[in-house]
Amino acid sequence: MTQTTQEIQLQEAEKQEIAEGGAERTRARRAFIPRADIYETDDAVVVIADMPGVTADAVDITLEQNVLTINGYVGEYRPEGYAPAYAEYSVGDYERSFSLSNQIDQDKIEARMTDGVLRLHLPKVQPTTRKIAISAG
Amino acid sequence: MLSNPFDMRFGLREVERLRREMNSLFEQFDRSPRLAAAGGYPAMNVWANADGVLVTAELPGVKLEDLDIAVQGDTLTLQGVREPETLEDGERYHRRERPTGRFQRVFQLPYEIEVTKVEATYEAGVLHISLPRAEADKPRKIQVRAAK
Repeated sequence: MTQTTQEIQLQEAEKQEIAEGGAERTRARRAFIPRADIYETDDAVVVIADMPGVTADAVDITLEQNVLTINGYVGEYRPEGYAPAYAEYSVGDYERSFSLSNQIDQDKIEARMTDGVLRLHLPKVQPTTRKIAISAG
Repeated sequence: MLSNPFDMRFGLREVERLRREMNSLFEQFDRSPRLAAAGGYPAMNVWANADGVLVTAELPGVKLEDLDIAVQGDTLTLQGVREPETLEDGERYHRRERPTGRFQRVFQLPYEIEVTKVEATYEAGVLHISLPRAEADKPRKIQVRAAK
């Protein structure tokens, strides 16, 4: 069934820059907050983040005290012999943090990066039933 | 001829010069480059020299068969569609920030393009299009002969 898709709105072309404040970045480059979709299924939470220009080996995902931080690094783009004639976006790294609930099984997080899109699969903790032995006495 | 201080054109030139100086003063302190407002999705950058143009666009997560690049004369048309995720029953969004849908950008380039030599690559979600200038459009050097 084809779905009629509407036109992407104009303001969605602009990237949101990380505001000053909080920890300073060590690299002297601009940093942007990647746009992310988050949806929940029965057994997982999925995070999809747009990070164009980032290859799979340039992604850093760290998990510390229930905070998941995504870092994507982009190489400098400067073609030889050309001068910039018109620019609508600047190139920079990406960073975003999410706090996870204790619903997430942190050992089983998976990440995949293709075509500038990072997909994080955060499985929920599955309820386990334990039988508790009763000792006499 | 003495310039008349009440001459409107002279007055405007002074204002224009002052405006330019103020702008360049701010530019020294403002580290962010001057960006044009994006004319639509996706945002595109253009690099140029006398022999060709390079256009880059940030288009993550687009399938190549959903992308359509057309060049005619000095006009570049980029259009396509970014499909949203299809969610099963019972799945629900917490956040939805990524733009999805149809997009189309039309660019007028500074000169005619050699259409047969246009190349486009898509890597890590960034589209690079190289558009060499048409041979017929390149300026020709005119030899000046000394008149006898």
